[in-house]
Amino acid sequence: MKKLLFGKQSRYQQAALPESAVTARDCYLNRRQFIQRWGMAGLALASPPLLTGTAHASSPTALLRAASNPQYDTTEPITDYESVTTYNNFYEFGTGKSDPARHAHQLITDPWSVEIRGAAKQGSMGLDQLIDERELERRIYRLRCVEGWSMVIPWIGIPLSKIIQRLQPDSSAKYVEFTTLADPRQMPGIRRNVLDWPYREGLTMAEAMNPLTLLAVGLYDEYLPKQNGAPLRLVVPWKYGFKSIKSIVGIDFTRDQPLTSWNKSNAREYGFYSNVNPEVAHPRWSQARERRIGEDSFFTPKRETLMFNGYAEQVAHLYAGMDLRKHF
Amino acid sequence: MKVHQALKTSLLFSLCCLPLIALVWGVVTNQLGANPTEALIRELGQWALRFLLITLTATPAQRWLGWGLLLSYRRMLGLFSFFYGLLHLIGFVWFEHFFNWQELLEDILKRPFITLGMLALLLLIPLAMTSTRRAVRRFGFKTWQRLHRLVYVAVSLALVHFFLLVKADLLEPLIYLAIWLLLLALRLPNRFFVRWRKPASE
Repeated sequence: MKKLLFGKQSRYQQAALPESAVTARDCYLNRRQFIQRWGMAGLALASPPLLTGTAHASSPTALLRAASNPQYDTTEPITDYESVTTYNNFYEFGTGKSDPARHAHQLITDPWSVEIRGAAKQGSMGLDQLIDERELERRIYRLRCVEGWSMVIPWIGIPLSKIIQRLQPDSSAKYVEFTTLADPRQMPGIRRNVLDWPYREGLTMAEAMNPLTLLAVGLYDEYLPKQNGAPLRLVVPWKYGFKSIKSIVGIDFTRDQPLTSWNKSNAREYGFYSNVNPEVAHPRWSQARERRIGEDSFFTPKRETLMFNGYAEQVAHLYAGMDLRKHF
Repeated sequence: MKVHQALKTSLLFSLCCLPLIALVWGVVTNQLGANPTEALIRELGQWALRFLLITLTATPAQRWLGWGLLLSYRRMLGLFSFFYGLLHLIGFVWFEHFFNWQELLEDILKRPFITLGMLALLLLIPLAMTSTRRAVRRFGFKTWQRLHRLVYVAVSLALVHFFLLVKADLLEPLIYLAIWLLLLALRLPNRFFVRWRKPASE
């Protein structure tokens, strides 16, 4: 089914990759079944509201393989598939960390189209028009949530810059605004006004064109699970996680700075830039440290958060001369 | 009769231990989700608040339903609240700060939600210490009661602490607030309820 989205059989499924280059899918799926089975046994003993994080993994999506980009590889341990797909924020499916995994199966990702505005090639576009699967690459990025936890995730996607070049935005465009689908029939979280729907995010043109910025369609070796923002999401690894908008239905090149959702919800706490910065605290909590999910546990202190989430070399120049305390 | 009483006490005691047992079980079997330390701290804090509210249900339950069980175990319930609050604090010091006292102190002073949470727990200390029968006798009931009204301040602080740590979805703390307001309303003097009461029933 998902293969249809990208036209014919993906050639990347036969891509010449050494077997060692990818995590054995059987391996992480077996682990998931193991957790599920034992999770159920435990549930019988404990009250459900008490144990909040048990696995609600949906069935794995179709395989997707892409060649690793060695420039964006890492020696850091990758966060396990289970955590990546059962612990995240996607408020359209509820505000609990396990809500997305529990409810996202209701999302219909096929067919999917993205509305492009403010560019030479504007209008409604299918995914296959937007993403040339031959260009897909695998990149491993750190992800730092504004709440103080982090993961290391292997994404599959295309640098946003390539797509922007193809769309030819208007010369007056200074920003890109992204919009998430907002359909109360598919997204139970939308029925409550926790945020002003639809969810919006934005980048400056320079940020969008930075080689790090990725438009992702997969993680690990499969198409994006729905709870992780299928079928198309942004990944901006030097910014707090909420900037990496999920399930994108709109890309708008604008002259004015977009009013982003969290900024609109609480401007004192969430700025437009929201770059990872250990020196600028969230008004209510420190951002100096983070807990790496799956690694840092009961007997390790939280690790220090790095400036721009460790990507200062690639992105610091974008903010040269800016007061990052003011433009947080 | 005595055996019956002892059985009741130990049953209630075990019941109050159940959340802790379930949490420890969750830690040991790795079922607290991807971020177990955060889940553990949060649950311990919630149980402290829940026990506070259960403790404060004792009086209205007796007054309106003639149900005296909670009242006779109010001290145990209150102490369990303090116990879970203490574990909540230990969890915070251990898992959030890993015994880094410098950072911990900064956090307490700089972050209002932590300051208020600490204050709420601090207020419970004198209450826990004077929870014995002997203490009541020593202070005299009136003074003792006045001291123990600090619990109202503690609950209020704990609630503000809860509100301040939520990112956007206020539903959960709002539910606790509603329960708290109800419990307060049920404590209003009789004259507020006169119209609703059947004259013969009291």
